[in-house]
Amino acid sequence: MDFIQLLASGLANGCVYGLIALGFVLIYKATEAVNFAQGDFMMLGAFICVGFANEDFLGWSFWTAVPLSIFFMSVFGYLFNWGVLRHMFGRSQTAIVILTIALGFILRFAAGTIWSHEPVSLETPYAGKDVSFGGVVLGIDEILGVIVTIILTISLFIFFSKTKLGLAMQAASQNQLAAYYMGIPVKRIQSMVWGLSGAVAAVAGILFASKGAIDPSAGLLGIKAFAAAAIGGFGSLPGALLGGLIIGIVEPLSSRYAPPGVSQIAPYAILLVVLIFRPGGIFSQTQKKKV
Amino acid sequence: MSNQSKNKTEVILKIDNLESYYGPIVAIRGVSLEVREGQIVTVLGANGAGKTTLLKTISGVMDPEKGTISFLGNQIQGQEPDRVVRSGIVHVPEGREIFPILSVAENIELGAYTKSDKASIAADLEMVYSYFPILKERRSQAAGTLSGGQQQMLAIGRGLMSRPKLMLLDEPSLGLSPLLTQEIFEIIRRLNQEQKVTMMLVEQNAKVALNAADYGYVMELGRIVMEDEAETLNNSKDVQEFYLGVNQEENQRGQKRWKQRKTWR
Ligand SMILES: Nc1ncnc2c1ncn2[C@@H]1O[C@H](COP(=O)(O)OP(=O)(O)OP(=O)(O)O)[C@@H](O)[C@H]1O
Ligand SMILES: [Mg+2]
Repeated sequence: MDFIQLLASGLANGCVYGLIALGFVLIYKATEAVNFAQGDFMMLGAFICVGFANEDFLGWSFWTAVPLSIFFMSVFGYLFNWGVLRHMFGRSQTAIVILTIALGFILRFAAGTIWSHEPVSLETPYAGKDVSFGGVVLGIDEILGVIVTIILTISLFIFFSKTKLGLAMQAASQNQLAAYYMGIPVKRIQSMVWGLSGAVAAVAGILFASKGAIDPSAGLLGIKAFAAAAIGGFGSLPGALLGGLIIGIVEPLSSRYAPPGVSQIAPYAILLVVLIFRPGGIFSQTQKKKV
Repeated sequence: MSNQSKNKTEVILKIDNLESYYGPIVAIRGVSLEVREGQIVTVLGANGAGKTTLLKTISGVMDPEKGTISFLGNQIQGQEPDRVVRSGIVHVPEGREIFPILSVAENIELGAYTKSDKASIAADLEMVYSYFPILKERRSQAAGTLSGGQQQMLAIGRGLMSRPKLMLLDEPSLGLSPLLTQEIFEIIRRLNQEQKVTMMLVEQNAKVALNAADYGYVMELGRIVMEDEAETLNNSKDVQEFYLGVNQEENQRGQKRWKQRKTWR
């Protein structure tokens, strides 16, 4: 019972990690940049939803707040690439990495100023409700988190493989020059990918803040999500989700069954093991690409 | 120039005094040329002559420092590549540059990115498959697993999907057997005649290119050093000696002008 209980809550956490990792991978594949502020995007998305939905702030309906905050974060991601990163074209990767790290600091500071540094939870219609299956008690928030992640994953899969825009995004990430030759507006497409990963981050943030409290430094769990992305092989969307789930599940189990401290280092220990035995990550695509 | 007067069609591409740089390195300097509607025009030149740079500057992935490119009467130099494609120019790049992990069919569909009329896209797809039946056969295979020749066919077929008035072809014979090169050039000629696609063809393989072309330019160190009807170039002693590998022992001292740079195959 205990084990299944832990597994379920680990799964729900893993979905949040997985979604943040998905954001890392989306941007990395499309632009070859790593957005170290991805965790802070998640945090900001959560706070924006809190700002719309919680009684202490605007107090709007939860079902209005959710799409609004997702929309806001996608616009934010789009504009960040369009207004800032696009103009760094041709600069070194280091410069871009530092810029995204700086953006993370700014977002943390801004969120602290606007919403204070106290932890808050998102007020949801389903807060505190749960269902029990033969002794195992599952929060609606946890179940919903898993369902939403599954739906989002399937929609992304369909989007990338079946729509013209999705194919163009894949094309631009596989061969940027050729995408230009085909008349694909690569820079706009890259901004859209940033928008998409902003939206995914907002979903992750809403899931996170509806099943626990969030504070401006919550974005630091982006580091764990980064490990998740690397475990999955940085170029693979299913790999990122799987990496997130692995870390999410191992954490509560190791803190319950292993000596103290193990659970904190577990994500990185797994990353190390994966990197040693499968340097390209679990879902490495390098063999495929070499053909 | 010479006997260019027979069946003169309209000039659709006119390049004037074009200059492009890679950072401080000048790659093409003061290139001027014309392409007439319905023609196959070839640009010959050794490695590093600046042929690819010229095509990249036309298709908009590089911006020129100086000079103008006018296409169908509009100046297009410095425009973003997607606008250039929409205006009717497509660039089939050197080394194919396909999308390796997408399927053959997806690659071809992406060629029609600038088009939105579903029915005419479907018709164009059938047209592409009729020229390249092998692509239809392999349509669900990952493009990266095609052979070099098939990838070249894919690159041309993908380019056709934008319904170009002018196709820029960068070394379609690169890495292909002589037989396959003949086959590809035969298709290029058919596309030119049957689909009315004007071709600007960059080649190191001067023999094949001049056989297919109506008119030719020769580039050296970023400049155009010679131009004429393809047939005339084919018979020219300079071109024969340095580009067609014809031995002219009896005439060794008579040749001037060309620096000895036989770096091609
Ligand atoms: N990315 C680049 N950066 C710097 N210099 C470059 C770059 N690409 C090409 N060049 C230089 O510009 C000149 C022209 O190159 P270009 O690729 O246009 O030649 P080319 O005629 O297409 O040669 P090839 O037949 O080998 O393809 C060469 O001297 C080359 O070294
Ligand atoms: Mg070249």
